[in-house]
Order: sequence, then structure tokens, then C-alpha cells
Amino acid sequence: MALLTVTDLRTHFHTRNGIVRAADGVSFSLERGETLGIVGESGSGKTVTGYSLMGLLPTPPARIEGGTALFAGTDLLHCTPREARALRGKRISMIFQDPMTSLNPYLRISEQLIEPLLIHEEISRRDALADALAMLESVGIPDAQKRLRLYPHEFSGGMRQRVMIAMALITKPELLIADEPTTALDVTVQAQILDLIKKMQRELGMAVIFITHDLGVVSGLCDRVQVMYAGRIVETADTRALFHSPRHPYTRALQRSIPSLQPKGTELYTIPGLPPDLSKPIAGCAFAPRCEHATARCTATDPALADVAPGHTQACLRVQAGEL
Amino acid sequence: MSQVTSHTDPILELRDVRMHFPVTHGFLFKRHVGTVKAVDGVTLILRRGEVLGLVGESGCGKSTLARTIMQLVPTTAGAVVLEGKNLTAGSAAEVHAIRRDLQMVFQDPYASLNPRLTVYATLAEPLLFHRVCQPAAVPARVAELMRVVGLAPRLVRKYPHEFSGGQRQRIAIARALALEPKIIIADEPVSALDVSIQAQILNLLADLVRRMNLSLVFIAHDLSVVKHISDRVAVMYLGKIVELGPAADVIERPRHPYTRALVSAIPAPDPETERTRQRIILAGDPPSPLNPPAGCAFHPRCPHAQEKCQLAVPPLAADGPTREVACLRLGEL
Repeated sequence: MALLTVTDLRTHFHTRNGIVRAADGVSFSLERGETLGIVGESGSGKTVTGYSLMGLLPTPPARIEGGTALFAGTDLLHCTPREARALRGKRISMIFQDPMTSLNPYLRISEQLIEPLLIHEEISRRDALADALAMLESVGIPDAQKRLRLYPHEFSGGMRQRVMIAMALITKPELLIADEPTTALDVTVQAQILDLIKKMQRELGMAVIFITHDLGVVSGLCDRVQVMYAGRIVETADTRALFHSPRHPYTRALQRSIPSLQPKGTELYTIPGLPPDLSKPIAGCAFAPRCEHATARCTATDPALADVAPGHTQACLRVQAGEL
Repeated sequence: MSQVTSHTDPILELRDVRMHFPVTHGFLFKRHVGTVKAVDGVTLILRRGEVLGLVGESGCGKSTLARTIMQLVPTTAGAVVLEGKNLTAGSAAEVHAIRRDLQMVFQDPYASLNPRLTVYATLAEPLLFHRVCQPAAVPARVAELMRVVGLAPRLVRKYPHEFSGGQRQRIAIARALALEPKIIIADEPVSALDVSIQAQILNLLADLVRRMNLSLVFIAHDLSVVKHISDRVAVMYLGKIVELGPAADVIERPRHPYTRALVSAIPAPDPETERTRQRIILAGDPPSPLNPPAGCAFHPRCPHAQEKCQLAVPPLAADGPTREVACLRLGEL
């Protein structure tokens, strides 16, 4: 049985300028120990999907309009606050892009590290501190004993991200949601952190949802990747298939715009136009106005995800009709 | 990307440029507690029509170097020579006149455009301030600038917040082009943009360099972007250049251990490559520029460091006809 099954998640923001359909019918599932990458550009709904599962969106303006997210028998979208608290920070953890704003600057990191343990487990302060020390060592912080007493500002960016990972993993969660955890870091530090996430995943056997805009990061880390555009999933496949035989025109266009895949001196492929305004209703396929293959049918019919190969689904009408 | 033949004459020369910032503690009685050597002895030549990529991690001094070239901060030592004129020794009036030839594009188009000025006012200001053209000719020139960067001239009455990030970066580029500069310094111009928008801006910059015979200093931390646009690449670490050479050469066959680690750290958007390649994972963080390690600044993180690396600062030495590398063990690796 899948660890997490999300069905038709719809998260809308009610703003003065109308209803923004940030996530609009997102469905996917995740097995135990699996790593799923969610890729998309700003505003594609990837972060909103993660936040919706964790129940971290401010309501209002956000509202979960529909859908279910079953995690070990509990619907994360409709459970009581009490049920949510029992899962969050215990069996599901999240790490964020900016470790400076997600750690409390007023508390020593020892206090922040043991907090999830004190809340979720019957454990003495002394034992919790011992656990925190062990965790800090396993995420590769040198001189951990001394550093437990420090405040977040006394760490570098990479070290803070390690502290945040230690904090998220101290309760040995079954699912980790990582929202662009390496975007604010330098490449050499990014390599360290990705390596650490892989190592911790092996040790704890947890599943990971890795949210990023960087196709490069996904290719080395994830078992399966899903691409989002304008609040919807447009393509899901295992990593190898997605990179070697992408089917949806948006996935293909995204790949072609990465500089490292292009020979030097050639003009980079660009996707014309801009992502759609999600506060306006979208007729048919959201990508159609920017798609070089779009026909009249694309703006008339709502596309749905369908299999193109076992485990490979995508939402382009023309691909489904065998025309592309 | 322009012809190699046009690359012969230097337009800008940096000679042993140093930019040190004093660090003080206390408010009334300031104690001098140290010096941050943000740029520490950079010698570099920018040729006419060339795109020079400047790469390095945060804190390596690449943005400070850009500010030093622009003379936005007074240089501690060394010379910045633009077409034979030493900017560091020039008077304020001379520097002011030279500014026309040197323009900058910043990383964050949300912060670098004045939110209270329309696009028209933003683009007209440098034209009027430097008396580039008659006041009556300004509207036509602004419209032309808009077309050059791929925006419709009818949008000039709008304010920055009405544009997307990519469009704002186009406006910032138009502003830099207004004075017909010889050199543009672009400090992480695409880092804040999405991949598909990033490609548009890279194409625009490459096209402008070619059409206007501009020289471009392209600062970025993303090596794949730098490789795509640059003719030559300079790699910085802690205020110094550690490797310099033709872009494809440096990135495909890096010589300095730091460049090797940097190249191997870039995640490749290809699962096969990712699975098979050996990644060099550096230990630790870049050291603080306030208290840099003795000898080669990279030695505490370097997998090949020996005792001599702690003692002597390696000079940037020629490695073949086109490349320069600053590593004491270069011959042995």
C-alpha cells in the first residue's frame, strides 16, 4: 500500500484580485522509501502542494477546496488539528529553502533540536539532548557537543541547513518534504547537502518529496519525477524516462532551455510568452498559448493525465492522440 | 561569441587590484579588529568584444570586483585602466565622464529599478543626465531602446511592478544600454529568473554583445550558464583568481582542484551521468575572508593539499598558451 495517496488536491487563494487556483487537481502517490521530485517554475503550484499536505498555508487567503491526501489511513487535508499535530513533525517532516528564516533566532539550536522529541515522545530532557547530539553528528556537524549551545546566526548557510535537516529527522519520520532545500546554497555546499539527504534517507528508509525548479538536482536524487505547470501535473515518469524520453511539450521545452545541454554559442531554446495568470479561468490546456504544437482543440478541451507507457503519464491531448 | 580576431586589443585592464574593508567593533570608540580582503590582488585583461565569465561562490569577491571596476567603491590598491586611462587615479569629473562607457546590470530587477519611476523616466534619465541627445530626441531614443531589448515601445508609461521578472531585467538592460557603453558588467543577471526566462535573457545578452561589439563581464555562480555565454572564464576563490582560460576548456578540463570540485558539484540534468560520475565533495564551507588560511586559501578543503600549500601563496601562472592556474602542485596533479 502506498505511504501517501493524494487525490484531486485543489488549493485556491481567495484574493482581492480573484481566486488564484494555485493547485488545481493534483493527484499522485508515493511508496515507502521512494523519492519523488516535483519540478516546476515559480507559480506552478509545487510549493503550495507541499504546504497543503503539511497544513501550513494561512487560511484565509488559502483554502483547500477539495481532494484527499491519505497518509497511513489519515486524510491530511481533513483531519482534526489534534490528528495533524500527532503526524506533523513526527511521521512527516518538512525542510525549507531558507534555513535562516525557518530557525528561531532567539533559541539555542539544542532547544530547537529537542523540541520535536519533547512534544512527540516520552523522553527526558537529558536523553533528548543525547539524541540531538547524535543527530547533529550524523548530519556532519563537526564539534557537535560545543555547537549545540550556539544560536542559528553563529552557523554558516550550509551548516544551518544541516541543523534544519537534523531537526526534521530527529523523530525518524516516514516522509520528508523538502522544499528547495539547496536553492540558497553554493554549488559545492549543495553537493554536500544532497549527499546528506541521500545518506539519511538510506539510514532511515524514509520517503522524500523533493520540490525544486532545478532539473539537474532531480536527476541524481529522485526515483520518479513529476512536472507541474499552472497548478497541475503535466507529466510523471521515472527519472530515466522523463529525462530520456519526455513526452509533454512543456517538459521538452523546459529541458531544451537548460544551458548545459546546449552546445556553446548556439541560441538557447526559449519558451515564448509567460506562465498564465492563475486568477483567470483557463480554457483547455494551460500551456497551449505557449506551445508550438497547439491546435484549436487544445484550447477547447481540458486535458487529463493518461498513460503513455507503464508508469509514465502525461497530459497532452496531441500526444495522447498519437499526433506528436 | 564574436570573432576571435576582434579579441586582440584590451579595453579594460585590472592591475593587482585590491579592495580591503576594515572591520571595526564598537560605536563611539571604534576598535579596528581586522580586515576583509574581499579582492586581493586581481590582474585581468578584458578584450574588446569579449564575454568574460567570472565565477565563484558567495563571498569570493566577485561582486566586489564588479563594484571596483565600476569605481562604486574606492580601491585600496592597484589600477583599473580603461582604454589607457587609470580610473583609480582620475578625478571625480573624469570618473563621471568614463561612467558612460561602463554600465552595470544587477541581479535583482525588483530592487534595481525605481518603483516610482515609469519605464520612460527610468530610460530617459541617463540620456538627459549625460546629455546624450537633444531633449526632443529622447522619446524616439527610449522607444528604440525598448525595441532593442525586445519590449513593445507602448509599454513605456507603465511602472516596474506591472512587469514580470524577465521583462524587468530587459528594462534594466535597456537602461544600461542607454549610454551606448563599451563595457557592461552584469552581476548575476539571470540568477533570480526561472529557467525558461533565463534562456531569453541569455540570448538577448549574447545577441547584444555580438551586434554592438560590447565587452561583457558576466558574473554568475552557475557554471553551465557561464559556459554557455562566455569566451573566457575566471574562477575566483577568496578574493583571488585561481584559474583563467577559454570557457569550454576550463569547464571541460578544469586544472585547479577548486575548479574541479566546482565543476563536479554541478548536478547534471541527465540521470545516466549522475549515476556513473565520481563527484568530488569538498569538506567544510568556504573560509571566512576575515581570517583566510595561510598559504593557498583553498588548502584546508583541498583533497591534494600538502605541507607546502600551507606555506606559500601560489601565483597565477601560465599553463599552456591560453590558460593560467594558481596551484603549487599543478605539475604533479
